[in-house]
Amino acid sequence: MEFWQNFDYIMLFKAFIVGGLICVIGQILIDKTKLTPARILVTFVTLGTILGGLGLYEYLVDFAGCGATVPLLGFGNNLAKGAIESVKENGILGAFTGGLKASAGGISAAVFFGYIASLISKPKMKKQ
Amino acid sequence: MNNPLDTNKAYQTYVDKKSPNSPIIKNCIMAFLIGGLICSIGQVIFSYCEFKGLDETSSGTIVSIILIGLSAFLTGLNIFNKIGKIAGAGSLVPITGFANSIVAPAMEYKSEGYVMGVGAKMFTIAGPVLVYGISTSIIVGLAYFIFNTQAILV
Repeated sequence: MEFWQNFDYIMLFKAFIVGGLICVIGQILIDKTKLTPARILVTFVTLGTILGGLGLYEYLVDFAGCGATVPLLGFGNNLAKGAIESVKENGILGAFTGGLKASAGGISAAVFFGYIASLISKPKMKKQ
Repeated sequence: MNNPLDTNKAYQTYVDKKSPNSPIIKNCIMAFLIGGLICSIGQVIFSYCEFKGLDETSSGTIVSIILIGLSAFLTGLNIFNKIGKIAGAGSLVPITGFANSIVAPAMEYKSEGYVMGVGAKMFTIAGPVLVYGISTSIIVGLAYFIFNTQAILV
């Protein structure tokens, strides 16, 4: 297939390594600090937003593609990037509209698919 | 009087001594492999979207939507929590963890009804994520408006 002939395998490799390493940071946080998963998620998104706001995360995105955008740091970066782009276009109003606009797809998908998935799921008593 | 459960601190060291050491190296390797794999799946979808002529932003959004959809349904089918047990942060830190954090509590509280059960509990974990994410993005936007933050660093 033509797609696989033009496929950038080096980028795939970089995405695997960088994405994996970001998850290792999360795993060390879980094992060493007893942070709950909820706090890990909040920490990663907030950290990503700050790194994105300083313009630093974009270097990692350029280097590793989805290795940087798929982890929640990338979700945060997307919020920050959206806010900044929007401020450039609409001034101060953009600070309030840009973040959600840029991540609307992901958030809406999460709410929608999340709702559907919980509807079709069978409630199951916890074992143990 | 030497009951180890007397004070919080003593209790903590007591628990640490009794609970098995988590095999951190093994956990990290599994997190690396599965986290890397999820990002690689994302990269393949992303490349395919670009191959089909979509721009970078749309491709990124499609990657998020597909990964979120997949992990939501895998959570609903009780498959994701089995992966999560092995992968640890490997499935939690990617965007899949966000979708999982929405479906898992919604499933658990389904018996409380569709509004206050599913509808409300969906956001037990996703709510804080959105609160802090969105608030930080507004601060970032305001900071950029006032100080032009990116021009300082780059």
